[in-house]
Amino acid sequence: MAKDDNSGKDLAAADSSGVGQEGAPAGTVVVVRDAVANPGFPPHRPRVTDVQPSAERRAERTVYTLFYLSIVGSVFAIAAYMAFPIIPEDPGSVRTNNLFIGLGLSLALMAIGIGAVHWGKALMYDHEGIDERHPVRGSEDTRARAVEIFQEAGEESGIGRRTLIRNSLIGALIAFPLPAVVLFRGLGPQDDNPAALLSHTMWKKGTRLALDPTGTPIKASDITLGSAFHVIPEGLQDLEHGKLEEKAKAAVLLMRLKPEDLNELPERAGWSYDGIVAYSKICTHVGCPVALYEQQTHHLLCPCHQSQFDVSNHCEVIFGPAKRPLPQLPIAVDSEGYLIAQSDFTEPVGPSFWERN
Amino acid sequence: MSTSTTTTDLVETKKSGGLTAAASNYIDERTSISTAVKELGRKIFPDHWSFLLGEVALYSFVIILLSGSFLTFFFSAAMTPVEYDGSFVPLKGVEMSAAMSSSLDISFDIRGGLLMRQVHHWAALLFVAAIGLHMLRIYFTGAFRKPRELNWVIGFILFILAMAEGFTGYSLPDDLLSGNGLRIIDGMVKGIPLVGTWISYLLFGGEFPGEAIVGRLYSLHILLLPAIIVALIAMHLLFVVVHKHTQYPGAGRTNQNVVGYPVLPVYAAKAGGFFFIVFGVVMLMASLFTINPIWNYGPYDPSPVSAGTQPDWYIGFADGALRLIPPGLEFVWLDHTFSFNILIPLVALGLFILVVLIYPFIEAWVTGDKREHHILDRPRNAPTRTAIGAAGVTFYAALWATASSDIIATHFKVTMEGVIHTMQFLTLVGPFIAFFIAKRVCLALQKKDREIVLHGYESGRIVRLPGGEYIEVHQPIDEYERWKLVSYSDYKPLMLRPNAQGKITTGQKLRAGMSRWFFEDRIEPVGTTELERSHGDHH
Repeated sequence: MAKDDNSGKDLAAADSSGVGQEGAPAGTVVVVRDAVANPGFPPHRPRVTDVQPSAERRAERTVYTLFYLSIVGSVFAIAAYMAFPIIPEDPGSVRTNNLFIGLGLSLALMAIGIGAVHWGKALMYDHEGIDERHPVRGSEDTRARAVEIFQEAGEESGIGRRTLIRNSLIGALIAFPLPAVVLFRGLGPQDDNPAALLSHTMWKKGTRLALDPTGTPIKASDITLGSAFHVIPEGLQDLEHGKLEEKAKAAVLLMRLKPEDLNELPERAGWSYDGIVAYSKICTHVGCPVALYEQQTHHLLCPCHQSQFDVSNHCEVIFGPAKRPLPQLPIAVDSEGYLIAQSDFTEPVGPSFWERN
Repeated sequence: MSTSTTTTDLVETKKSGGLTAAASNYIDERTSISTAVKELGRKIFPDHWSFLLGEVALYSFVIILLSGSFLTFFFSAAMTPVEYDGSFVPLKGVEMSAAMSSSLDISFDIRGGLLMRQVHHWAALLFVAAIGLHMLRIYFTGAFRKPRELNWVIGFILFILAMAEGFTGYSLPDDLLSGNGLRIIDGMVKGIPLVGTWISYLLFGGEFPGEAIVGRLYSLHILLLPAIIVALIAMHLLFVVVHKHTQYPGAGRTNQNVVGYPVLPVYAAKAGGFFFIVFGVVMLMASLFTINPIWNYGPYDPSPVSAGTQPDWYIGFADGALRLIPPGLEFVWLDHTFSFNILIPLVALGLFILVVLIYPFIEAWVTGDKREHHILDRPRNAPTRTAIGAAGVTFYAALWATASSDIIATHFKVTMEGVIHTMQFLTLVGPFIAFFIAKRVCLALQKKDREIVLHGYESGRIVRLPGGEYIEVHQPIDEYERWKLVSYSDYKPLMLRPNAQGKITTGQKLRAGMSRWFFEDRIEPVGTTELERSHGDHH
């Protein structure tokens, strides 16, 4: 048994499975003094194709048949390309085009592959060969010469002596990539502040609530009890630029509950209209649309990470990774009976961010 | 194992001339290629099915490059809104990005385009899966030990890059699913303290979703990431040549040799043929099974989302980690938001990745073994390593399964909360259970190996002795089979000793503790003394 040692340096050479590298410490390995000896290679067993000429001929036939079959597959794929064109507005033709070109190519590829492997396994010379291993590290001479080269280079350049040159070079090399970092500022528009942008949406006082995606304004009388509507601000569809960016912040869910089911916060009195409430649709976890409404329990469910929000309790989180309730959009009804926003959201919508407070 | 006669024959044909000989000579005089043929042509590679996993990874990458190049000829990486006017009737007239529109054109208007898209996507899924399985093979057989630690690191970086390639590619069509994936990334990035808001702003070129992200991901997807991957694969394979391939323990195989078949001709035929088989299987999947039907999802819109959305499989573990966080882990402190519901998954996954990355160095430090290892361990012969691997796999699998928590809940008609709570338990406790079970199973298998070496295997032949007693005859195994069971390295715990200054350092204490944890339960390999004694008992 070997002695244990912190460095392992005075250990005997490793057991029979260890490398016989001179001097490489073997650590805490246990050297088996009476280790079983390696019995050497087992006798070679001939394959059936080595002993039966008929089997050898059959294997040869199989291999070239497969290669010919591959040619058939390639030709079939080309023929299928022409014979099964895509006919505009006919999805069925896409399917047959995909299927038959694909099957032809599959046959062409697999027949080559199986044929080549079968050739290698059944017909090629099958006696195993042996390569010798050598330690990965360079020989002692090579290593000594490498050290010497570095020493000579150090001497000849004087990099060790001329410390001012060395240090100023290191400084220059550290400084030169820095402008590249600055250049990346240009990835975003120059004059905006992201935190400020995140704090506002398209909603403002008097914006009508409109249906997503048609943009038709919604009357309070259209909202039946128990229903849920996907809502965007009126005018969003007419935006020239930034339609998706605005929608990603302004999407709202509109639901009508029995007024007695609503447990409203005192500071939000008057934010709902006759049991109709509007909440941001953007999850406060990582921003998925909270699209699933459970009518019976008044719960909203985010399909991405299963955060659940209780609409009757000002959308507070009842399960899942989200922390904050969905922000509420204060609503009212205008003179024509359309639902309108009283103001923008009073807090940033969507996922949390560092500057949010 | 070439015979000398064939070699001379070859040389003589070369001298005698002919087109091949002239061409070879022309090239050799300009490239010295004969040196490469001499060094590599008869290089020996050992044979085992598990060595094919890395090949599958390599080949699927080649398939990805081929099919992806085809796709670049048609894909337009722009988010400019256009009105779709292709062949797919249900989306006609719908406003969408040029990226989505061109992806639909590839699918519905270009013959074989859908096939190439599906080949690309299936091959990508296979690529990451093959790398993952290849890594598990390397891990459980200890192939990461000296001198291959750095190649483990390169391979692991390739695994991360493959996932990055997958995610960037998945996002390119700008369909509803991929847009939601990007939305989740945006939300996660914003949760990073201090810089998150700005990183998101710069990444998306303004507010989410913006019109920049697809073009930027496209640069990464087809230029930067593939270039790095190709360079790292080249290094990875270069190291395989430098180190020579590992081999499983077997009679005649030692740490100083490599036993197997030469590159020319057997490996060229088998590995080359295997490339075509992998390509053929991917092609067959692409012709028969739809993958990522973006036409069903429609273009990205921040408002709709369908229930049961799933990322591609390899992103599942990260998505699952997000789902597992219990409510309420977000705080405002000093006027800033700390989103621990995002930071905990990020940090936990980061640590997990770090531990996997540096595992070879940890194990090398614990064993103190500085020798080269070219014979693979059977997983049972390194019980603690195997158990750590089982724990890691369980942790990953639990996170991964959680990415389908909603589908599990609806499919098996159980509550969403119940699924999440179960998965929380499995993620935290499962690895410990897996560690314990795997370690015990390894030790039991080692004991069984000892039993077989010392007393033979059960022959299934029942004999009635003259006295009426029934026994089952045990047959001794032959010496070749026996060698596989007795030839393994066995380590024992480090004994703490003061160093030259007479001190026991904290580092040493830590190492001794780790060493005890690794090696306190161990089964010694059978030696000749024991073997002879057991033979004496029986005969």
